[in-house]
Amino acid sequence: MTDTAIDSSNDSDGDHREGVIRRILARIDTTNAVVLPLLALFGALVIGIFVIALSDVDKLRAGDVEGILTTIKDAYLALPNGAFNGWRAINETIVATTPLLLAGLAVAITFRAGLFNIGGTGQMLMGGMGAIYVGFSMDGPGFIQIPLGVLAGMVMGMAWGIIPGLLKARAGVHEVIATIMLNFIAGSLVLWLLKTDMFGREGRNDPISKLVTPEGQLPRLFGFLDRPELRAHIGFLIALSAAAFFWWLLERTTLGFEIRAQGANSHAARYAGMKPGRLIITSFAIAGGFAGLAGASEVLGTQGRATQGFAGDIGFDAIAVALLGRSTPTGTVLAAFLFGALQAGGQKMQVTTGVPVDLVLILRALIVLFIAAPLLMKAIFRFSSEAADSGPSFGGWGA
Amino acid sequence: MSVTDSTTPGTDAYVGMLESMSRTPEQKRRARNLGIGYFVAAGIALAIFVRGDGGTSTFTLGGDSSIGLPGIPLAWLCAIVLAALGGVQISRGTAKLQSALLAAATILFIVTLMAWAAAGRQFSLTGTLHDALKAATPLVLGAIAGILCERSGIINIAIEGLLLAGAFTSALVGSATNIWIGILAAMAVSAVLAWVLAWLAIRFHVDQVIVGFAINFFVLGLTSFLDSRVLTKNPQLNGTGTIAEWEVPGLSSIPIVGPILFEQTFYVYAALALVAITTWMLFKTKWGLRTRAVGEHPKAAGTLGVNVLRRRYINVTIAGAVAGFGGSWWTADVGRFNENITNGRGFIALAVVLVGRHHPVGALMAALVFGFTDALALKFAILNTGIPSEFLELAPFFVTLLVVASVGRGAHVPAALGKPYEED
Repeated sequence: MTDTAIDSSNDSDGDHREGVIRRILARIDTTNAVVLPLLALFGALVIGIFVIALSDVDKLRAGDVEGILTTIKDAYLALPNGAFNGWRAINETIVATTPLLLAGLAVAITFRAGLFNIGGTGQMLMGGMGAIYVGFSMDGPGFIQIPLGVLAGMVMGMAWGIIPGLLKARAGVHEVIATIMLNFIAGSLVLWLLKTDMFGREGRNDPISKLVTPEGQLPRLFGFLDRPELRAHIGFLIALSAAAFFWWLLERTTLGFEIRAQGANSHAARYAGMKPGRLIITSFAIAGGFAGLAGASEVLGTQGRATQGFAGDIGFDAIAVALLGRSTPTGTVLAAFLFGALQAGGQKMQVTTGVPVDLVLILRALIVLFIAAPLLMKAIFRFSSEAADSGPSFGGWGA
Repeated sequence: MSVTDSTTPGTDAYVGMLESMSRTPEQKRRARNLGIGYFVAAGIALAIFVRGDGGTSTFTLGGDSSIGLPGIPLAWLCAIVLAALGGVQISRGTAKLQSALLAAATILFIVTLMAWAAAGRQFSLTGTLHDALKAATPLVLGAIAGILCERSGIINIAIEGLLLAGAFTSALVGSATNIWIGILAAMAVSAVLAWVLAWLAIRFHVDQVIVGFAINFFVLGLTSFLDSRVLTKNPQLNGTGTIAEWEVPGLSSIPIVGPILFEQTFYVYAALALVAITTWMLFKTKWGLRTRAVGEHPKAAGTLGVNVLRRRYINVTIAGAVAGFGGSWWTADVGRFNENITNGRGFIALAVVLVGRHHPVGALMAALVFGFTDALALKFAILNTGIPSEFLELAPFFVTLLVVASVGRGAHVPAALGKPYEED
């Protein structure tokens, strides 16, 4: 606090603002985890301004600078508006956050083990197919069918997730390659399953599954408000519990300790008697379970049916979530919230201003890039910091 | 290696015996797994191919020539040979012949598969191989980009993004001017993106896998954004026309080889030439020696006066240009840009780099395996074999996974890959 006093007494009125900013930045060593992401978000939004402005070809040709500025202002106001302003906005944020959080955990746990799970999409797809089968084939009672459906999703996700683990541990296949291939394979399998009589809806030729029975749907979070458009469901609570489980696993169990040890230094872990193969397989199984839950929550809660693309790009977005959250339980929850809010706000932005929601993808990429590059942030924002030296890292291709 | 270089057959046999006796448990396990694989393949031949429609399948070879193959006898032959191979493989191993026998068995199996699918009908063998080479081309270009990066010690997971950026730029600039300028622009844009990757990785020590992914996300987002905001409203900016195939005069009239190799677009010729050039450059020139040194042991290379960082910057930027050229393949093939048109082919190129063991020729072979499966799946869909089309679609990925799994271990990776280098 004495620093504060000296600073403000020396600064003239004009420099006062700069002094405040410098003081905030000077504390970045201690608030690394908060300020760095905020600066990353800020940097991404600044670049986003240029992307919006330079892509507005018609207005650029007409030299309509004012119109461009209005578009930017409207677009950036629509982001928080669509994410937080009112029940509907908050509901959409929760809907977008739920699968991002679960899939984000699926990536985070492998990051902690020094592995890279790009297979979230495939694991979600297979998990969703398991869940949807229980969802439409049973008819209540809900207190049995719902847990069973969620469990089926988790188990199927685990079964699919364990494959890259086995391939890595037993045959030395790099998990990046294995999970990418398995994503494509899962996509084709789901497409085929949706055309079979077992899954496909009667009388429909396009790949779409039977509807989840009313008893089997995940209950709405805001059911008490009696507003059917609020579609957020208890999948969100499942996601939060999964994050809590992730914390408990990492911090309170031997397995979690071994996973962290493996991720921090696999050689040391091996010399300490841990079995890398077993840890690889277990991490991937748990990751698959998380992603399977994400799939289950999507089909049983948000969509009520399975289509070819119900997993979307969430498996990839989850990588950004885990990177931004530095693969910690709290960080992953907050990152999923941020990206969920951006997603919900982005939809609103597209509707109200016509700026495509793909802007969110650009922002996400930039945020990840800035987060991963503390040295770059140091160079841009000119703060001095000893803690922010290197970003998250996990070796190369080495087996 | 020095022992096996001798040309005396006696020594060869002796060394072979020694090797088969001194196999590590790992090798024994792999040999046994391979044997089980043979038995599975034999089982498939017995269960499916032998019960086929029968009839003679006619493989056309371009022009008027063709070969007729009787389906059922071939299936029996295939099953018996594979089962015998499996037995030998499990009981005593096939030592030095293992790879050659595996290759021969694979070819036999594929021929039987094709004979089964085309029973009683015509099957254009040259057409399939032609399409395989075509499908492999962007993968080869992407893989060469990957090899150039990784040989100098920088992981390039951004191949997908670089390809996509190339596809978008060539479509946009190509529509505004002409396709050739579009291709040059694609090479420039992807080179800049690759340079950014190198800059972030080298100057700011950002984890290379993360930068690569961020670039992939960024390019996917930006091209989709611009596609829906600019290209959709201005269709005149998204239509270049395709690049036609160019028959090499004289060479294209060679039977069999001509229709496969010499009736392609210039991308195929360029890709094949690039494979030859990169191989020669990497292993026969000073540039290649230094590149490999920088990737294997940067400290030593730096001590001997090689500018490690500059070498990496240059290599990654060249790789970007190659990937940009590869990306323009889609524009030249389809004539326009669609959202996410590369659809993960950059990741397959990544697998191709690993399967090809960071060697351009190996990458070409791996890409051809993928391209062939792709082309075969397309042909099977036309032949209406009764296999669901989804299984045909996933076949290339499944085969790639199988191939990676069987060559996975033992593939050497440049030692300094992914590690930041600090100049003293």
